[in-house]
Amino acid sequence: MSSDVILESGIGVRGAERPRRRYRLVRHSLLLAGRSLTKTRRSPGVLSDALFMPIIFLLLFVYLFGGAVSGSTHAYLQYVFPGVLVMTMLLAGMLATGLSINTDIKKGVFDRFRSLPIGRSAPLVGLVLGDVIRYVVAAVVLFATGYLMGFRVQTDVPSALAAAGLATALGFAMGWINVLIGVLIREEVVVQTVAFLGIFPLAFGTNMVVPTDTMPGWLQAWVKVNPVSDAVDAARGLLVGGPVAHPAAMTLLWSAGFLAVFAPLAVSAYRRRS
Amino acid sequence: MSYAFQANGLVKRFGKTTALAGVELAARPGTVLGVLGPNGAGKTTAVRILATLLRPDAGTAEVCGLDVVRDAAKVRELIGLTGQYASVDEDLTATENLVLIGRLLDMRKAEAQARAAELLERFELTDDAGRRVSTYSGGMRRRLDLAASMIGRPAVIYLDEPTTGLDPGRREEAWRLIRSMTDGGGAVLLTTQYLEEADALADEITVIDHGTVIASGTPAELKRIAGGQTISVRPRDPGRLAEVAVILHAVSGREVESRRDMVSVPVGGDGDGAFTEAVRRLDAAGIGVTELSLRLPSLDEVFFTLTGRHTEEVAA
Repeated sequence: MSSDVILESGIGVRGAERPRRRYRLVRHSLLLAGRSLTKTRRSPGVLSDALFMPIIFLLLFVYLFGGAVSGSTHAYLQYVFPGVLVMTMLLAGMLATGLSINTDIKKGVFDRFRSLPIGRSAPLVGLVLGDVIRYVVAAVVLFATGYLMGFRVQTDVPSALAAAGLATALGFAMGWINVLIGVLIREEVVVQTVAFLGIFPLAFGTNMVVPTDTMPGWLQAWVKVNPVSDAVDAARGLLVGGPVAHPAAMTLLWSAGFLAVFAPLAVSAYRRRS
Repeated sequence: MSYAFQANGLVKRFGKTTALAGVELAARPGTVLGVLGPNGAGKTTAVRILATLLRPDAGTAEVCGLDVVRDAAKVRELIGLTGQYASVDEDLTATENLVLIGRLLDMRKAEAQARAAELLERFELTDDAGRRVSTYSGGMRRRLDLAASMIGRPAVIYLDEPTTGLDPGRREEAWRLIRSMTDGGGAVLLTTQYLEEADALADEITVIDHGTVIASGTPAELKRIAGGQTISVRPRDPGRLAEVAVILHAVSGREVESRRDMVSVPVGGDGDGAFTEAVRRLDAAGIGVTELSLRLPSLDEVFFTLTGRHTEEVAA
């Protein structure tokens, strides 16, 4: 009713002029993901962690622990590569996304987004989707480095892609924890610290670097419940052979769980943040 | 036609702090409401409530008859916001910024591009449209920020301290552009700490302090309440201060105030006549001056008149 009154007064009103288009949330999220990609393209330096992290991890782990754990660096590369894949995917999105959200909120850009008639979750989803480029870069670099060092996929290409996909799914889902941290915490430095503290037990408290049975009991207990271990098992199965179905299912379940809990929490925290 | 936006009895608390303690604001379409107050008076909180970014603890706010809480989604279709901190993306170009907002407002790509080009032209940014905003000067960024809030031809535009941090030349330029923002019939809510700015832009001014309205009216009414304007003269030769004081007293009939090398006197109502007379007499007496001004009372002086306190005490 009121829009008619406004129109009489000669003011153009968006809602009345423009018919509602469909799939608005998806479209708005993709537009904002595009924004995020443009920003990344403009300053590719922000991808350097995704670029160098996999290389450093592989070199470090293989040549540091290889001899001790497996007797040879070559044998160890086959063992550790799937784990490094999972860890890289976790770190690739998690470290950056919370930070970029925090920066965005501070700069006032998000205020404008929040005053626009778009879904409350669109800016967050847009940022997280825009960060998918990080996973792609990290995965490509990791596989290339692994191959140069002598790693060989024992299965087939679809399985290797599935391994990367599973690791990405978990990284993407757990990335929402960091989105929540980025929305809740005001200081950028603290965001990074909290993210690091949270990630380390998850990313390193696994069977990625050494077999579980070499650990003390309490750590074995943690490693067994740590969802990242499931992802490492699944990736190992998919890349060098071994059981896949159970760990893969667990990884997907955990991913769905993280997403279901932390994405709504992050969106509601963002909605309430003033 | 009724109000473009209207707030009644707005209350907002943050923990123990009461940011708003019952604020009334309203403006008709095509007019500018200036919300004047010192830092911490509650200006930004009021804007954020009207822009659907905050919920009030009590009271109501409406934009074109729609409640900002119940009908928030519809209200967002009607408003444009330029926040206190530049709310444009520094890593994008000016065009990219505006087109993105247009498309988020569900414009087709071509339509958003046309609207962006039109606004860039109007805000004199066409030549720099393809440059990243991070290379912009403060004034250009502000202009882009103003343009960004107009993309969707909003019925109500909120400008939160739009000239803060701009040097005087840039401020005049921003004023000129802000004045044109109501041309389409939209209403503008502008917050400011400067009576001069509110006087230059607003049709009505609401003065707020400690989250309550302490005065409201047209700029002329407010200036009358605040004791009119002040003539200040700084003679080139400090030895002639006494002569200047005599002239100013004669012109205004009020008590003069001498401070170091400057003499000031308040002039009631419209100060223009008194000012001209003062200039004529100074000239006739052959007194050279290094500064000669007719100025509005500062916010601090308005506050002192209205509340008996200075703004520093208010902010504390």
